[in-house]
Amino acid sequence: MAGKGMNLTLKIWRQSDANSPGKMVDYKVTDISEHMSFLEMMDVLNEQLVSKGEDPVAFDHDCREGICGMCSMYINGEAHGPDRGVTTCQLHMRMFNDGDTIYIEPWRAAAFPVIKDLVVDRTAFDRIMNAGGFVSVNTSGNTQDANALPIPKADADEAFDAATCIGCGACVATCKNASAMLFVSAKVSQLALLPQGKVEAKERVLNMVDQMDKEGFGNCTVTGACEVECPKGISLTNIARMNQEFLKASITADK
Amino acid sequence: MSQLDAKIPEGPIKDKWTNHKNKINLVNPANKRLIDVIVVGSGLAGGSAAASLAEMGYNVKCFCFQDSPRRAHSIAAQGGINAAKNYQNDGDSTYRLFYDTVKGGDYRGREANVYRLAEVSANIIDQCVAQGVPFAREYGGLLDNRSFGGVLVSRTFYAKGQTGQQLLLGAYSAMSRQIGKGKIQMFNRHEMLELVIVDGKARGIIARNLITGEIQRHSAHAVVLASGGYGNVFFLSTNAMGSNVTAAWRAHKKGAFFANPCYTQIHPTCIPRSGDYQSKLTLMSESLRNDGRIWVPKKMEDVEAIRAGKKKPTDLSEEERDYYLERRYPAFGNLVPRDVASRAAKERCDAGFGVNATGEAVYLDFSSAIMRYGKEKATVMGEKNPSDQRVKELGEGVIEAKYGNLFQMYQKITDDNPYKTPMMIYPAVHYTMGGLWVDYNLMTTIPGCYAAGEANFSDHGANRLGASALMQGLADGYFVLPYTIGDYLADDIRTGPISTDLPEFVEAEKTVQDRLNALINNKGTKSVDHFHKRLGKVMWDKVGMARNAQGLTEAIAEIKQIREEFYKDVFVPGSMDSFNPELEKAGRVADFLELGELFAKDALHRNESCGGHYREESVEESGEQKGEAKRDDVNFKYVAAWEHKGEPSDAVLHKEDLVFENIELKQRSYK
Repeated sequence: MAGKGMNLTLKIWRQSDANSPGKMVDYKVTDISEHMSFLEMMDVLNEQLVSKGEDPVAFDHDCREGICGMCSMYINGEAHGPDRGVTTCQLHMRMFNDGDTIYIEPWRAAAFPVIKDLVVDRTAFDRIMNAGGFVSVNTSGNTQDANALPIPKADADEAFDAATCIGCGACVATCKNASAMLFVSAKVSQLALLPQGKVEAKERVLNMVDQMDKEGFGNCTVTGACEVECPKGISLTNIARMNQEFLKASITADK
Repeated sequence: MSQLDAKIPEGPIKDKWTNHKNKINLVNPANKRLIDVIVVGSGLAGGSAAASLAEMGYNVKCFCFQDSPRRAHSIAAQGGINAAKNYQNDGDSTYRLFYDTVKGGDYRGREANVYRLAEVSANIIDQCVAQGVPFAREYGGLLDNRSFGGVLVSRTFYAKGQTGQQLLLGAYSAMSRQIGKGKIQMFNRHEMLELVIVDGKARGIIARNLITGEIQRHSAHAVVLASGGYGNVFFLSTNAMGSNVTAAWRAHKKGAFFANPCYTQIHPTCIPRSGDYQSKLTLMSESLRNDGRIWVPKKMEDVEAIRAGKKKPTDLSEEERDYYLERRYPAFGNLVPRDVASRAAKERCDAGFGVNATGEAVYLDFSSAIMRYGKEKATVMGEKNPSDQRVKELGEGVIEAKYGNLFQMYQKITDDNPYKTPMMIYPAVHYTMGGLWVDYNLMTTIPGCYAAGEANFSDHGANRLGASALMQGLADGYFVLPYTIGDYLADDIRTGPISTDLPEFVEAEKTVQDRLNALINNKGTKSVDHFHKRLGKVMWDKVGMARNAQGLTEAIAEIKQIREEFYKDVFVPGSMDSFNPELEKAGRVADFLELGELFAKDALHRNESCGGHYREESVEESGEQKGEAKRDDVNFKYVAAWEHKGEPSDAVLHKEDLVFENIELKQRSYK
């Protein structure tokens, strides 16, 4: 399409570091093609700012194909913006109209402090994983043959669906309680569904939930916003499964 | 040429690795606690190495520039991972995987390394399943396989189109376990900016904390570089925005030879570029060539009608389509290796048959597969005489189950529905086979400095086969390095901690400070991206899919010119002691501007066509292979390893002759 590009007003959260107060600042971009990705539109803005000797807007991004989980913008009040099933980098400008005003903010949650502008610290997620998001098996190459233990396709597929979580944090950002339950439950579910993960399922769920609470994430009140905004379609069913696992483990675990 | 001793163990190829493991030195568990290892990069190679080394007892410090090790670019690998399991009973074996990989690499890989890779491949699958990696399974509960290019068996294990993600999350989970135990100290948002050498050995790195800007010294008894490939030298590639050559290039400038920089993989199936603003290219997995058929119209008038929007690809009958890969390569058809498929697409587009406005696109069509699968499914479901519509519906369901996320990705980017109309694709820079030269133990020419995964040059020769990068990354990290590094560290059990107050650390830190200061204080007029894009254009136009002496000579001069302008006129905003993505980019592009020149120099010196390196001067002129790439084993059967001597133009060539004892050297034919 060779038509004229869009002119947009951007209202962007600017904050120089974690300890400084932030504010919304207005910018204008012109002649934006509908084929651009949202981040390419941000590139255009930053190129403008750099050419004027100003500080470009800091934002996280890396793979730009929706899989690394690095990009994280809260656009017009929605995590990853108005489209469904996409990360910010997969959002395209065809979702917007000429003359639009677009609000761009960072993920907002106590457990995700702002580092700069739209960049937040999500290492709380890593610490939850360190607490139990694994199967305790060493690298040896002498584990049993991969086909020695058949796994029903339905279980394997369900485990896979849970495992596709990219850890972007959209679920937390969109939740009114800033709960991390969708993220944590995705890993708990993946491993609870597979025989390899069942052995330490109890300790895992207890330890991960414990760490989740320590990090200051809120509880789940089953609003379901996380499932709507999740770019990978992680299902709310995982939270139900985690609650089940947690309850079972709380009653029967050794510790 | 003693520096290029590949240290290949004696004995028959099938026994080399076992014998080597039995003979090399080990470090006892108590002593491992006294030894520190730095791992740069947290992708499949770095992540698996860090986890394995920590499990063994070493103190590991791991660095990644992303905000979490789980985001390394291995995560984006789509299609699958090869392993010689022969679960399909289709004649696969360690030897066949070895043979396919050497042949696929156009006989420019090192036999012993490739054999070892094939040998440990089966263990990788066992290991990953034990970690809870949810590979695709069949209804009987056993693992499913698919085929990739350049082979005649089904040996690729996969997890939909997200195999890299699942394998990386497996390695990340193994890392997480060790981070939780304190055996890995993880440095997220840190970037290695210099290698520190003490008494001729790699003993540490200088890193920058990307949040605070703090320059830090980190010491260790050995340094593993697993920092990935350098495809972003082309600006546009399928690599992540942050993927860079800096860690490898810093090591190169400190004495590590850089091998075969010109061997680049241009992947045939990527989404075509759509405009000048474009920041990256997106891959559509090679696995799609299992079921997708590649074509352009036979007649120029149809091409023109399609470009003008007067015809749709679905309007063309079978007779009006040129399935050019099936036509030219009947034995392998749409599953020829990547370099062959890319050149064939370029040939058709250069001849004017490109199907989009830019003339740089061909079709990847799933309609045959949709109908075939739909019929199968109808039979299984007991539906007699289903309508075409019903068959299509069922077939689309099967395709969705196999490639759903890829189709969704395509649709989100292009706004076209690939279930209903063929995808448009075009080749794009994807992977770099070249990298730091390593011996059999994966050690570079700097003692104690190792390179693993895409960062080294070792296993893929001049062209990498699909689904082999994941295999190599994990083989290096899980199964090779943990053994070979012990052989070296066995001499270090009494060394004790390495002090970061040594003058070598002080000096290296100062070099980094000065370099960053110079960039910040340059106060020029043009952005970093301005230079990166110019470099990328020269690389793509003159050092891309087809290369010739004149273009390469021009490229060398032009890259040097861009580099000089960069240092005169680049503008980097902000300060050194804060979060400053422009400064990070500037450092990376500065290194690309040097690597790019060496890359072109290597391409110019290699006056043969092999794998991804295609010289227009070296083409078969007659016979059955007319028009195909022509390799020159008499003059170029070697690894080109470059030694840094100041400017890239001063780099000195060292050759490692490649010896083929187990595979007969012959012309690669996929006809």
